[in-house]
Amino acid sequence: MSVDTARAAVPETRRTAARRVSSSLSARPRARLALLLAAPLTWLVLVYVVALAALLVSALWTVDSFTGEINRSLTFDNLKEIATESLYRTVTLRTVGVAVLVTVVDVAIALPIAFYMAKLASQRMQRILVIAVLTPLWASYLVKAFAWRSVLSDGGIFQWAASRIGLDTPGYGLTAVVITQAYIWLPYVILPIFAGLERVPNSLLDASGDLGASTWQTMRTIVLPMLTPAIIAGSIFSFSLTLGDYITVNIVGGANQMLGNLVYTNVGAANNLPLAAAIALIPIVIMIGYLTAVRRTGALENL
Amino acid sequence: MILSASVRRLLAALTGLTLLLLYLPLAVVVLNSFNTSKSLTWPPPGLTFDWWERAFHSAGARDAVGTSVEVALTATAIALVLGTLMSLALQRHDFFGKSSVNLLVILPIALPGIVTGIALNNAFRGILSLQLSIMTVIVAHATFCIVTVFNNVQARLRRMGSNFEEASADLGAGLWTTFRLVTFPQLRSALLAGGLLAFALSFDEIIVTTFTAGAGVNTLPIWILDNLFRPNQAPVVNVVAVVLILLSVVPIWIAQKISGDIDNLR
Repeated sequence: MSVDTARAAVPETRRTAARRVSSSLSARPRARLALLLAAPLTWLVLVYVVALAALLVSALWTVDSFTGEINRSLTFDNLKEIATESLYRTVTLRTVGVAVLVTVVDVAIALPIAFYMAKLASQRMQRILVIAVLTPLWASYLVKAFAWRSVLSDGGIFQWAASRIGLDTPGYGLTAVVITQAYIWLPYVILPIFAGLERVPNSLLDASGDLGASTWQTMRTIVLPMLTPAIIAGSIFSFSLTLGDYITVNIVGGANQMLGNLVYTNVGAANNLPLAAAIALIPIVIMIGYLTAVRRTGALENL
Repeated sequence: MILSASVRRLLAALTGLTLLLLYLPLAVVVLNSFNTSKSLTWPPPGLTFDWWERAFHSAGARDAVGTSVEVALTATAIALVLGTLMSLALQRHDFFGKSSVNLLVILPIALPGIVTGIALNNAFRGILSLQLSIMTVIVAHATFCIVTVFNNVQARLRRMGSNFEEASADLGAGLWTTFRLVTFPQLRSALLAGGLLAFALSFDEIIVTTFTAGAGVNTLPIWILDNLFRPNQAPVVNVVAVVLILLSVVPIWIAQKISGDIDNLR
């Protein structure tokens, strides 16, 4: 360890200015904390919190439909519109439905492979598997979505393969969106679950087996409770990333719209930032609710 | 726990199946980069190197790669500094509102990209009256990249404890000396892993970028999206994608080599 070098490099105490600052800071943990926090907190608050707060406020503005100019008097019209118009309810339910499905599919696929990686594979195999799972993460998101577009297309490989067993491609639509999103976010779900499983000591599993528990019992009563934070951590990725997506829907979703599309159209073509901001509140509220609910499980430390 | 042989076999089979599922679409991309059919029908009617030649001569693709590297490098550098400071603050101190600060770091990545995108777009143009440029993209990317560095460094700090740092202080080293000679060397591989993830995150980001990039700032994902639906360009996009997939092995290999620690690659 570097302790030897540290001693060699600090031969004696000199009363330089830096030294005085340093020792006065050592005695003042609060000042030290303030120095550490100043830059990152300023950045996050100035760039992010202010922007987010401004967005929330602009949800209360309106746009003059003739001039296209923003009227900055506060009203709840946008929020009312979102709460009452059935379009928004339908799209919200559809989006949350897709996000939940993607998450369920991902967790279901991730559990066996993560378990194999963490508990059954040899060290060498484990390394290879981790790299194998990580590599697709680096391939562009767009390319992966586009890959599925060509896989699921008319005359594509899916149809070619499925026709042999009398099936057809699901074509472009919500099923394709779920497949594509589940594919894209899968490594993000596998990795936290794998890391979570690594933290479950083998001795615990052995003890459970020795005490007569069946494999299934051990999984259910030992592994699963210890793994819950990791599973939730993984689900935060797949759920949140799906919740705001509009690009995959454009590529493989056919004519379907998700919340992201509504926001995108209102910012761009419709030039109605206030309404877009109001719609964006829906995923914000859902995500904050989700994060607050899972905070106590320790999932956020597993991200 | 003693798993029966059949359960082991089943898990191994599922693992193999999952890997197949992960790589099949990528393989399709690779094959399609040689596909003579522009509509990418299956099986390919013929194979050609045309797209590869076109891709190597595509100035648009080259410029886009350059822009993306510039954005990703700068954003990663900012994220490395801010993320490290933040994790030192949160891991070595206790204070009121700590869990809120923790949440604040995670928020830019936990909230959907489109929310971050329009919030920053509105803030840059509406509040600050800034022209969108490459700078605004960098600021936006750095903001959501902080969390990857933060997570890696925090996990490392938690594991290494503060014994060495205390020993260093007891032996008379100042705060900076302790950081430079004791803390930092232990953090190096965590910083590398966090930095790589931040780079990757920025390099591939499209949604926030769409909302924060000025006219003429074409990152690679923006270039890809622009060209994806053009019949003559889609195969070229495939080639670029294949090159990216091949190149992606390099940083992962480096990370494995240096850290030797799988945990850090999350």
